[in-house]
Order: sequence, then structure tokens, then C-alpha cells
Amino acid sequence: MRPLSSTVVEFLSGSEAETDRFAAALAPLLRPGDVVALDGDLGAGKTRLVRALAAALGCDAAQVSSPTFGLVQHYAGPLPLVHIDAYRLRDCDEFEELGGRELFEADAVTLIEWADRIAPSLPTKRWTIAAEHVGPTSRRYRVACPPDERAARLLAAAAGGA
Amino acid sequence: MPSVNDRVLLAVESSCDETAVAVIDADRRVLASVIASQDELHRRWGGVVPEVASRAHLERILPCLREALDASGRSLADVGAIAAVTEPGLVGSLLVGLTAAKTLAWTLGVPLVAVNHVEAHLYACRWAADGEPFPAVGLVASGGHTSLYDCRSTLDFELLGTTIDDAAGEAFDKAAALLGLPYPGGPALERAAVGGRADAVPFPRAFLHEPRLEFSFSGLKTALLYAVRGQPNARQPPPSITPERLADLAASFQAAVIDVLAAKCEQALAATGRDTLCIGGGVAANRALRARLEQLADRRGIRLLISPREYCTDNAAMAAIAWDLLEAGRVSPLDIDVTPGLVRKRDQNAAPAKLTSPAANASRR
Repeated sequence: MRPLSSTVVEFLSGSEAETDRFAAALAPLLRPGDVVALDGDLGAGKTRLVRALAAALGCDAAQVSSPTFGLVQHYAGPLPLVHIDAYRLRDCDEFEELGGRELFEADAVTLIEWADRIAPSLPTKRWTIAAEHVGPTSRRYRVACPPDERAARLLAAAAGGA
Repeated sequence: MPSVNDRVLLAVESSCDETAVAVIDADRRVLASVIASQDELHRRWGGVVPEVASRAHLERILPCLREALDASGRSLADVGAIAAVTEPGLVGSLLVGLTAAKTLAWTLGVPLVAVNHVEAHLYACRWAADGEPFPAVGLVASGGHTSLYDCRSTLDFELLGTTIDDAAGEAFDKAAALLGLPYPGGPALERAAVGGRADAVPFPRAFLHEPRLEFSFSGLKTALLYAVRGQPNARQPPPSITPERLADLAASFQAAVIDVLAAKCEQALAATGRDTLCIGGGVAANRALRARLEQLADRRGIRLLISPREYCTDNAAMAAIAWDLLEAGRVSPLDIDVTPGLVRKRDQNAAPAKLTSPAANASRR
């Protein structure tokens, strides 16, 4: 991980194992009520990162799959995850008419794939992770942390070689 | 239950983008099966849009109920039980069908039976069989599901494995979108593959030779993306998409999906020792998949039951499984809620499925 600004770090993952290590460094910074917006093209590694975070947070990672069809999936664990996919949504109106905001739970972390499609419906204080293709097995993840005390911890983790 | 047996089951299915109602008698004969598809609505958006889906269900559920009863030659007075698909699917869509079913069950004073959509897809294989389809290995492959089951009986399904990322039908849909093909992607990709070379592009086949009964189509999707748009930071642009290249890409992609589905079916047959293979879900309509599975069945000397084409895509006739549930006393209370996610039977006690309907969330708070 390398810092890009006071709240943004970048992680270049060369393998799935490295993505798992990146998620393990990120997971302790997440807390109940957090909303994580995940953006990136088809196949950029959004669902894979959710699986890695689920494993790092003690959820059953085998339960993680693409929620494109069903819109939302829940994973039980010490810190439960709500996994949303906005791929099939047209806009915020559709998300809100579906009761989408009801899905953000105070006792869980909400991870949203294709979040840019519904960005205005998301809380302004949120995590943003942009996933990008670099090569067939490598991905770049750019993480923007909410502007609170965790930013310093994220930068420390980045500086610590995580 | 002789008083019930001369009556009919009225079944409602609205888990995704079809509003479907069927009337089935106690001998599992389908007296009427009405399906109002929303493909035309979704084509504009390139996929199933949940809000469009639930609104359209609301508009279509009553006409579908009326049409199914009319077509069956029966009336509400003949209805002995109501079945509703309650899991898994889109929350808003499921709620429309379930609410209609509850209302009818309450006003008619007849039992309500909750049906699992995926299990119902496998039950539809009975119409391809001379007798009972189970015990069998069951594969349901569709836009939302790619799951292998050990089907011990119509009342006892164990999930053996499922996709760890995209469903097979979702992979077809997203591949079709990458190739500029229309929605629904499965049939469009199958047509585009005609005349193409299945070995033109060496697409990955995840877990093909591993013993795990799981699927992954995400890497395949990414490989197609690179084949279409080029590798990231590549020096040379990808080959241009001529009609021949499009057919090769479609045929190679389809072959990769089929190789994996067939291999995992074979592994599940070996692991369970079953001698029947049941196939359901929209992807089961794919002709190349059917041909491959017929080869597999011939080679292994097993019985292959592929759901009839009209029951591969979503329908309410397959909710005939409710007769089996009813005869076993599995009636649902009228306050039952929908369960959008895929429930793993063996995990049910450990981690109860969480209700995620907006109504359920609101009432909790």
C-alpha cells in the first residue's frame, strides 16, 4: 500500500493472495455502520475483494457471490456484511423506491458494487474503493477513507508495508 | 386427503421478471400455465431491473390469476391450496406474488404452501421422466443461480455447491453485453456462437480438474473482456470484432461454460453415486449444453432428465412441488415472509436466513 494523500492509499495486488493480505490490513479499520462504495469495470475484482474482506472479518467467505441478480446478500459474522450490487439499477430513484436505504444497517458494514450508479443515495461519509485492471492477474485498488481518525491508521498501515 | 385431491393447486411465481400463475391437479397435471414476461421492459435497460419488475408484477398478477383459472376450466371454488414461491429472488418481486397468494389463501380458507424456486426448477424434471425423478443429482443454472444439489426426495434437497461469483446465466448476460449482443444474453450468445470455433480462444475453465463442487465464472468474464478490448497496457490492440471473430468468441465462451457445468455434474454424480441427473433453469435451454449432457449420460449409463423447455425459464407450473409438501403436512403460516437469498439447508440451524424485505426491516425498528 502507498499513500496518495491524507485519506487515500493505493494498493497494487499482483495475485489473489495479495488481495487477501490487503483485505486483512483494511478489515480492522471497518466498523458497524460503515458504507463502502466499490467501483470498477466488469471483472475488475469487486466481488473478489468483498470475498477477501468477508474472510478477514470472520464471515463465511464461501457464502459470497455476485449479488447482481438478487441485488442484496447478507453474510453473518462478528461484524455482519450487507453486499449490494447496483449493476442492474438505473439510478438512485430506483434504489430508493426499492427501499435501498433501509439496507444500510447500523450494526453491519454495507459494501456496494457499481456504487457510482447510486452515489447520491449513499452517505457522504463513506469509504470508496476503486478497482482497476492492471494485468490478467493484477489489480489496483485505490482506497479513500472517511475523514476521521481512521485515516491516520490507514496511512500508518500503508507506511508499515501492509 | 380425499377432500383436497379432487381440487386444484393455484400456484404463483414472481421471484424475478416473470409473473406466472399455474393451475395443477393432484396428479401433477398442469391444467394451465400462464407467464407474463417482462423481457421487453428489461431489454431497454440491458437486464432485470428490480423496481420495474415489482411494479410490472403488480399490474400483471390479477390478470394472470384470472387467465390461468379461465384456461384451466376451474374456478376459485375448486382451489384446494395456494402455492407461492417465497425464496430466493428479488424482494419486491417475491412480495407481490406472496401477498396475492396469502390474500387468496386467507379469503378462500385454504392452506398456503411456500415453495423454493430452485427446488421447484428441479421438480420440473418430473415432466421429462416416466416416473419419479429423484433421487438424483440436480443442477440449476440460470441468471441468478448455478447450484448443484443432492436431491434425495422432493422433500429433501442438500446444496452440494454453488457459484462463488457469477451465475452461469449472469455470465452469459454479461458476456453478451461485452459483445454488444441484445438482452436476454443467453439465447443471443447461443445464436452468435453458431458457426464459430469453440477452440478459437482458450478461455479459462475454473476448478475444472479440482474436486471442489463449486463454480466460478468471473475469471472467464474477465478473459472475454480482455479478448474484446485488449489486455490492460497491451502494446497491440485486440483483433477487431469481425462477424467471424464474434462467432469464435461466442462459441469459445459458451464451450468454456458448458465444459465446467458438465464436469461438475459428473463429479457430483461420482461423489453421490446417484444414477440420475436432473437439469433445470434457463441455461438448460441451451442446445449445446443439452447435447454435451446427453453424451455424458450415454457414457456413464445414467438417466438424464432435462426440464422441458417451457419449464426451464421461470414458470409457476413447477410449483407443483407444493402438492408433495402439502401431502407431507408442510403448510406455511400466513405471516411467512420472503427469503431473498439462497438458503443452504445444512446451515439453516447455525445461521438462520435474514429477512431483508423493506417491510420486515421497518417492522424491526
